[in-house]
Amino acid sequence: MSEVVLNVSGLQAWYGESHVLHGVDFAVRKGEVVTLLGRNGAGRTSTLRSIMGLVGRRTGSIVVNDVETIGMATHKIAHLGIGYCPEERAIFSSLSVEENLVLPPKVGEGGMSIDEIYEMFPNLRERRNTAQGTKLSGGEQQMLAMARILRTGAHLLLLDEITEGLAPVIVQAIGRVIVKLKERGFTIVLVEQNFRFAAPLADRHYVMEHGRIAESFAAAELPSKTAMLHEYLGV
Amino acid sequence: MDQIFGIPINAFMGQLLIGLINGSFYALLSLGLAVIFGLLNIINFTHGAQYMMGAFGAYFLLNKLGLNYWWALFVVPILVGATGVVIERFMLSKLYKLDHLYGLLLTFGLALIIEGIFRNEFGSAGLPYSMPSQLEGGHNLGFMFLPNYRGWVIGASLVVCIGTWLLIEKTKLGAYLRAATENPKMVEAFGVNVPRMITLTYGFGVALAALAGVFAAPIYQVSPQMGSSLIIVVFAVVVIGGMGSILGAVITGFGLGIIEGLTKVFYPEASNTVIFVIMAIVLMIRPQGLFGQR
Ligand SMILES: Nc1ncnc2c1ncn2[C@@H]1O[C@H](COP(=O)(O)OP(=O)(O)OP(=O)(O)O)[C@@H](O)[C@H]1O
Ligand SMILES: [Mg+2]
Repeated sequence: MSEVVLNVSGLQAWYGESHVLHGVDFAVRKGEVVTLLGRNGAGRTSTLRSIMGLVGRRTGSIVVNDVETIGMATHKIAHLGIGYCPEERAIFSSLSVEENLVLPPKVGEGGMSIDEIYEMFPNLRERRNTAQGTKLSGGEQQMLAMARILRTGAHLLLLDEITEGLAPVIVQAIGRVIVKLKERGFTIVLVEQNFRFAAPLADRHYVMEHGRIAESFAAAELPSKTAMLHEYLGV
Repeated sequence: MDQIFGIPINAFMGQLLIGLINGSFYALLSLGLAVIFGLLNIINFTHGAQYMMGAFGAYFLLNKLGLNYWWALFVVPILVGATGVVIERFMLSKLYKLDHLYGLLLTFGLALIIEGIFRNEFGSAGLPYSMPSQLEGGHNLGFMFLPNYRGWVIGASLVVCIGTWLLIEKTKLGAYLRAATENPKMVEAFGVNVPRMITLTYGFGVALAALAGVFAAPIYQVSPQMGSSLIIVVFAVVVIGGMGSILGAVITGFGLGIIEGLTKVFYPEASNTVIFVIMAIVLMIRPQGLFGQR
């Protein structure tokens, strides 16, 4: 069994007065692709934001590469080797495409080179001189949001709804990228609504409801879990 | 040939020069305000007092420590900028979670306190600061006489403004600053120490105000209220240019200085109000300012 790179236990989180996570427990091992599934509002985005220290307040324990981060400042957490791709993509309009791509500083060793990244995302090479990152199409912005965290040497990627609102061909392209990243040894937490996209990619699945992990199962158990998934996800 | 639009060319050029000088100060000060507003979302009402501290800083260095003008150009922005760092670290940073109004009130209160302290110590009369000997005298350009010091101030301000613009638009550091202006949390999630960047940005904006104060010392009297009278006009410049736009601050600063100077030639009665009239018109037609986005 390989080492655990992310271990979340008893995580509670608040936005101001509103209590959104009520004790989340899950763990991710090195090289795994793990999903967080759940309905809208289940708390998946909040879980990723809590790992990055972006919620108002959090308690419990989040251990990244053996370091307890629950009391750490956001910018220090990133340097433990985490790359975060937020749900809203957060491409900067005052930066060109290339400036967006090279913005995140190094947080670890062995990041991908710009050439490797452009090989993985050919569209971005074509559009790299676009003056405003936000002039890209939705799919291109999604690719840019993922590409920019591959350069930094982050080995743990937190990807939030990377297929949301994208055309099927682009979803397929992103699926191929995830496969390549897994081959390269990245550890990935995939927050997904699109279960059919996530199912063939992931090693294990967690289902969230009401700010907690409600179920967890390995990819191989999937056939016996469909009825339960239908119930939780309403798909 | 010695008239332009029916005005003697000497008078015209003279006012144009005064306009450019004033414009240099407007540009430097509104640039600092724009840099601060961009990242901190705070209108720094202490800016005028910090400009005044810059002028006093030059005065103290010369009269207490014997350090001349050229020293002051470097030392004073660093010292006054350091007071800005302290203000951000221990006061402003506590307010970011609250409404922006609190930052405005704090900086306004600080301005009153700082000016009050200086008035208590030095009275309201101005203190003289003599021109650096290297920049005494002037050049006859044929159509006008250009005092060297004024030429220096215009040139040096332009260089500082363009340098700041290049720093923000063309460097990696500037990319962090632009990105953090848009979405500070995301930049922090990439591993950039944004709180420290905010502190240093405030210090930098304050240092620009102090530098303007050093430039001003040999031209105007060094006095506790020198900032408060100037800063009102500078706020109008910022409103016209658009809050937070770096290039807008620089262009509007110089542009309005020139317009104000030329109004003195063509319609002197309006020269004190022309900037505010323009502000009112801009607010009606383009509330976000000439260079502002939205
Ligand atoms: N900034 C916020 N302030 C207050 N409450 C929030 C905030 N963001 C999210 N919430 C609340 O927290 C709960 C969990 O939201 P979260 O965004 O984590 O869900 P999610 O599982 O990512 O769902 P989805 O992204 O599909 O909407 C929801 O009830 C939501 O209303
Ligand atoms: Mg979400």
